[in-house]
Amino acid sequence: MNKVKSLDDLRKMRESVRASLDLREKSDHPDQMVQVKVSMATCGIATGAKEIMNYFIEALNRKKVDALVTQTGCMGYCYAEPTVEITLPGKDPLVFGYVTKAKVDELIDKYIKEGILLDDILPITYTVVKPE
Amino acid sequence: MCCGTGCRASQSEQIIANLQEILLQKELQEEVQVVRTGCFGFCEKGPVIKIVPDNTFYTEVKPEDAELIVQEHLIKGRKVDRLLYLNPETQEHEPDSKHITFYKKQYRIALRNCGFINPENIDEYIARDGYLALGKAITEMTPEGVIQEITASGLRGRGGGGFPTGVKWNFTCKVEATQKYVVCNADEGDPGAFMDRSILEGDPHSVLEAMAINGYCTGASKGLIYIRAEYPLAIERLKIAIAQAEEYGLLGEHILGTDFSFDIELRYGAGAFVCGEETALIHSMEGLRGEATLKPPFPSERGYNGFPTNVNNVETYANIPVILLKGADWFQQIGTEKSKGTKVFALAGKVNNVGLIEVPMGTTLREVIFGIGGGIKDGKRFKAVQTGGPSGGCLTDKHLDRPIDYDNLIQAGSMMGSGGMIVMDEDDCMVAMAKFYLDFTVEESCGKCSPCRIGNKRLYEILDRITKGRGTLDDLDNLRNLGSVIKDTALCGLGQTSPNPVLSTLDNFMEEYEAHIIDHKCPAGQCKALLSYVIDPYKCTGCTLCARNCPANAITGERKIPHVIDTKLCIKCGVCMEKCRFGAITVQ
Amino acid sequence: MEDNVVLYIDNHTVVVPVGTTILEAAKEIGIEIPSLCYMNMKDLCITNLPASCRICVVEIEGRKNLAPSCATRCEQGMKVKTSSLRVLNARRIVLELILSDHPTDCLICPKSGKCDLQRLASRFKIQEISFKGEQSQYEVESSPSIIRDMKKCIYCRRCEMMCNDVQTVGALGAVNRGFTSTISPAFRKDLKDSECTYCGQCVAVCPVGALTEVDHTNRLLRDLADPSKTVIVQTAPAVRAALGEEFGFPPGISVTGKMVSALRELGFAKVFDTDFAADLTIMEEGSELLDRLTRFLDGDKDVCLPILTSCCPAWVNFFEHYFSDMLDIPSTARSPQQMFGSIAKNYWAELMNIPRENLIVVSIMPCLAKKYECAREEFADAGGDPDVNYSISTRELANLIKRANIDFNALPEEDFDTPLGESTGAGVIFGASGGVMEAALRTAYELYTGETLKNVDFKEVRGLQGIKKASVNLKGFELKIGIAHGLGNARKLLEDIREGKSEFHAIEIMACPGGCVGGGGQPLHHGNSILLKARSNALYEEDYNKPLRKSHENPYIIKLYEDYLGKPMSEKAHHLLHTHYFNKSE
Repeated sequence: MNKVKSLDDLRKMRESVRASLDLREKSDHPDQMVQVKVSMATCGIATGAKEIMNYFIEALNRKKVDALVTQTGCMGYCYAEPTVEITLPGKDPLVFGYVTKAKVDELIDKYIKEGILLDDILPITYTVVKPE
Repeated sequence: MCCGTGCRASQSEQIIANLQEILLQKELQEEVQVVRTGCFGFCEKGPVIKIVPDNTFYTEVKPEDAELIVQEHLIKGRKVDRLLYLNPETQEHEPDSKHITFYKKQYRIALRNCGFINPENIDEYIARDGYLALGKAITEMTPEGVIQEITASGLRGRGGGGFPTGVKWNFTCKVEATQKYVVCNADEGDPGAFMDRSILEGDPHSVLEAMAINGYCTGASKGLIYIRAEYPLAIERLKIAIAQAEEYGLLGEHILGTDFSFDIELRYGAGAFVCGEETALIHSMEGLRGEATLKPPFPSERGYNGFPTNVNNVETYANIPVILLKGADWFQQIGTEKSKGTKVFALAGKVNNVGLIEVPMGTTLREVIFGIGGGIKDGKRFKAVQTGGPSGGCLTDKHLDRPIDYDNLIQAGSMMGSGGMIVMDEDDCMVAMAKFYLDFTVEESCGKCSPCRIGNKRLYEILDRITKGRGTLDDLDNLRNLGSVIKDTALCGLGQTSPNPVLSTLDNFMEEYEAHIIDHKCPAGQCKALLSYVIDPYKCTGCTLCARNCPANAITGERKIPHVIDTKLCIKCGVCMEKCRFGAITVQ
Repeated sequence: MEDNVVLYIDNHTVVVPVGTTILEAAKEIGIEIPSLCYMNMKDLCITNLPASCRICVVEIEGRKNLAPSCATRCEQGMKVKTSSLRVLNARRIVLELILSDHPTDCLICPKSGKCDLQRLASRFKIQEISFKGEQSQYEVESSPSIIRDMKKCIYCRRCEMMCNDVQTVGALGAVNRGFTSTISPAFRKDLKDSECTYCGQCVAVCPVGALTEVDHTNRLLRDLADPSKTVIVQTAPAVRAALGEEFGFPPGISVTGKMVSALRELGFAKVFDTDFAADLTIMEEGSELLDRLTRFLDGDKDVCLPILTSCCPAWVNFFEHYFSDMLDIPSTARSPQQMFGSIAKNYWAELMNIPRENLIVVSIMPCLAKKYECAREEFADAGGDPDVNYSISTRELANLIKRANIDFNALPEEDFDTPLGESTGAGVIFGASGGVMEAALRTAYELYTGETLKNVDFKEVRGLQGIKKASVNLKGFELKIGIAHGLGNARKLLEDIREGKSEFHAIEIMACPGGCVGGGGQPLHHGNSILLKARSNALYEEDYNKPLRKSHENPYIIKLYEDYLGKPMSEKAHHLLHTHYFNKSE
């Protein structure tokens, strides 16, 4: 990786990473990947988020679903940990709470594969600042 | 259908059942799906139903409304006006929740990236405007200009004291020195608080970026993050973040081709609460005993290794990049007159939705506890909320509608603190609560000054006596007098605030203290020593189960004859009550 | 006016220089704000300013909390109240708190009557402690010199400051937190297993009875009462300059004659003077200096310079702990106490025909390290009988005199016994920083140049400056000398030597601030540097009035060499008057 040499460089870089992330998130192309984010702060990990993440990856492989699983920080829903955010191509992200291994299977089989909503969706109770 | 505890209590399950039944009748079960969701944080208007994809938001729904919703909305496509949320300001029904935020009481600035980006990937931070503020500062602004912007924004220290951040930066900026330091105070120590940890774990780059901006403003080329060693994940992610930023040249020599160079190192603390106090923190980093020293001199004059040092807390730093990008005017508009922006709280205790929240200053405690927090667990009665951790005080229902900001909380006998917020219900004894916090302070005092070292110990001992039924009315005077003297004479912030839990409970819950002392009763039923376990002879069948399980052999009685508890032997463990299958044992 | 600030203390207008603390400003107008942890020895640059006892708090208009007056600097227009109800209430409660964690067995405390806390309790008329509770419990711990009773510690940190900042010994430090905070050697070791040098400066500043000396007075009383024993005594120079303070004399009055009388009254068979041994030390140490110097000037590359004095036992402990790589630098001459013991138990016992086992040599010392020194194994005969049986401090002597119903003030002035009681002015000034070097110069100059020294006063080596430098022209050779008192200052000179940067040929080191006059066995200075200055002056005055002022002119020293030792550094002198050092760094 080359160093970012100027503010302009940094702006260009932002546009390019944004574009590639957007491509993944906004496209409604059916071949586009499903994105799964697991809340992996200390609190999440303590309730088993690590195992859930591993199981998610393993189950997706097993069920031959192409999805990108990444970790993220605390979503704030301590009462409902572990929490997982799933973004289906072209749809708004949904956060599911109280995720167990059984729930992971259900999420893949029903929500990811068929788009059927499941219990324990956590409504987004906040707005986020958009800097620029 | 919201199935948070609040809505569940107001029959949301019944509504679901009704909905499903009607859908089945109308043979719509394939087209319409009823899903239980977590709490919307809108419990006062519950039960709440949201219909997607048109984002209709129905409030105060009753089970009998199920048919109407299916019939009118789902079949005919007509929104049920009566159930739509009535905006109290406009007196209009809000038909669509997509772009309205009436139930979204949280506003995330410091937490803007937490839970969105992968904290171990700098690209995701950059995609969300990361390091742009630093770039803007060092290429387009003067240090004075940046400080001016921060000062104008009204940002105040989020670590507890609430000192204006820009003013602090200016102090360090103005001192002439060959070396200066920027320190991030990540020694989060309040019991139950984890705001800083979450930011560092979820968005480490925002803190690094802000520290670099601070370095640019104050003329420091070195940043130090003092973080407790008990935060291994935060440390790990910070290390990764620092390495990535260095790789990108966003930390290190000649950042973005300018003359500004800045690097950051981690320093580990052993988790002493007092090391959150900036002078103690600096001593700890110097390898000395973690003890506070008298200010002045302030760290901005003589800090780390004798050099001018700017110390800010994690959350304060996390606000900085956004302020620079969006401007002081924008930030100014959020919050109250003297407290701008938002505050992150770790909401804990007896609320349904414990969690990490960020609300604009000026949000009321009621909105936080009964809105976002989803109300009190198990439908119990709200009693008090402790803000500011061991340094804060408890606030009661008379404070619920008070907007949260620095000055209001202090006026109410508590303080903002770093953002711990612990909610207590009717089962919590306020004397025991004060004792809990004093126990913490006694444990965490560095011991340097007499009032804190001995005074807090004595406060604790008095409280301990009271919770054991051995208190006297003189103790109440002593608590108050001693508490105020400790506040008045202790050396550092820890000692000066440590009596707050006692003083505020004395102010707000005197009757509970008196009940312990005069009646030898703990109204909340929490103080073990004041409880007595009694066997109801009419209910007791003489099954001997309690006697066999009693670890203190305090229960005697013959088979099939009612048993008796010897209160002198009873250690009040409660095992007998748990074991009794006839509900014959009660606590009095 | 820019250098001054005007403020108002209890309705008095006060003008003080910028930087003055409220406590100091108040003192100037006669308001004595009580304090406990605060200590300030300005002349010595020694301050204890943790601002932690919170006894000296005052009310400042416009400030939320009370402020510690010891550490709060005066500001323009400040309005201070030093005795408002709020202040008095806070002070009383803080004091009660301190007392609530302090044993109240004042009647049987070694510090009774000299305890700052006791004085404060009396000043505040504390008759009841409102806040009773758990008290800190620690075992009393003893070392050869110092007793620590941490139950009595009020955590003022003066000892810690002395041990770490001033002496750089680092034996004492704060451990634990909160209510369990206490002062201890590292890893909770006993003092005797630590790096402690027994300089006793912690004892000298401890405001309460937490740090006191090992007391040998009862042992002495038993020995004095034993008819089979001949008990003789030697008194160190600094003792006479401070003993009077214990009997109401103003500081700086030398009470040599009365002290001698008192010792006779107490029943010592002979009252001798360590000053005699000090003259002897000069003969040996001075000769060693000249020997090294001559070899150095002859081009001997292996000669160790600078030479360091070795009179001070705390200093010896210090370099054995911290500079064990340089054990060949200090003079091998024993300290005056030990030279005296050796001469008394060998030469004098033989002369008087007293069997060694019946002779008890006691020393009166301003020092606590001397208690340790006389117990060192190398200073005993083959049978383990020590040359000096034990050492008692100036304070213990004062106590003995009082216990024996002696009216010290009414005593006549008497002279020491001969031969070991005769001394020159050079021996007397051993008690003050710079004195050993001055005495050595008087002798070395004359021995080296063969000329008579016209002016024997080397004023540049006197005074309380931490490190002093001087040079003396020895017939064209510039002899450079350095003087340090306080082990922290000594460390600086030692580190220079280690790095090969030292400019000196000879260095005098005394562990205590001001030298032996400020020793750990003296009437407690509690941080009062005026005492130290007055005591030094008393010694210089006594020196000035002595007929003989150069060690080598002491007739009994001359006779000792003629009759017994031969020459300085002779084999016999080596055997009896010199020693070797041990590596204690592990």
